[in-house]
Amino acid sequence: MLHLVLFTVFGLICVAGAINLLVQTHPINSALSLVVVMGSLAVEYLLLGAEFVAAVQVIVYAGAIMVLFVFVIMLLNAGAEERSKGSIVALMLGVPGMLVGSILTAWVLVKHSGTQPVALGALPGHPKDIAQLLFHDFLLPFEVTSILVLIAIMGAVVLASRPESIEKTKKEN
Amino acid sequence: MVPLFYYLVLSGILFACGVTGFLIKRNIITIFMSIELMLNGVNLSFVAFAAQWHALSGQVFVFFVMVVAAAEAAVGLAIIIAVFRTRETLNVDKVDLLKL
Repeated sequence: MLHLVLFTVFGLICVAGAINLLVQTHPINSALSLVVVMGSLAVEYLLLGAEFVAAVQVIVYAGAIMVLFVFVIMLLNAGAEERSKGSIVALMLGVPGMLVGSILTAWVLVKHSGTQPVALGALPGHPKDIAQLLFHDFLLPFEVTSILVLIAIMGAVVLASRPESIEKTKKEN
Repeated sequence: MVPLFYYLVLSGILFACGVTGFLIKRNIITIFMSIELMLNGVNLSFVAFAAQWHALSGQVFVFFVMVVAAAEAAVGLAIIIAVFRTRETLNVDKVDLLKL
């Protein structure tokens, strides 16, 4: 019962944050509501018994990634969003198409859902077990992600640096 | 005891909010945040299914999704800075060099 109450409260906070992200026009307000979404999602992960994922969610998502976003918003001094006219053809075709698609998906889900309740706390989500899995069974993908992160760091540095500063370092060498 | 169904509904709502934001927003940074919202919705369903089937590999997959999201955020924000430097705007409708 307590689990259900916690799920409902934090689920509602989560959805409210997601809708606030859409409604706000200034990007900094959207970024802060995204932090709310990620924080309440961490609580949902805890309810599912995934302590490791909850901790990583707070540290990496709500911490590192969102700080990067807020930093870029402040760096670029982004103002409120300006509206522009959408295409009428896209509206005429898109809205009925989306309606048909969602009704079909909902019909399939309602018709064929044979889901059973999940027992909370039943999952052995101990960080030790995850480490065993990550550094043993998934060792190669883990090493590949380290290369991916390295490439991302180099790409970010090259993309964000000014062209004239690259020219300068070339001349100095 | 919370049914798996509820988690999937929450995950679907988050993903739908992300898709809507991606389509209706005009600020390039907010569009990027909508993508992060979609990734979070998918992560929630990963963890919910991992709990349902007592398979820890679902949580390991969430870890990989987070690593890819972090790399994507770093490169994407660098691209946004480069776009802003050359075009002086964050409005995606004004970045239309490849448009006919």
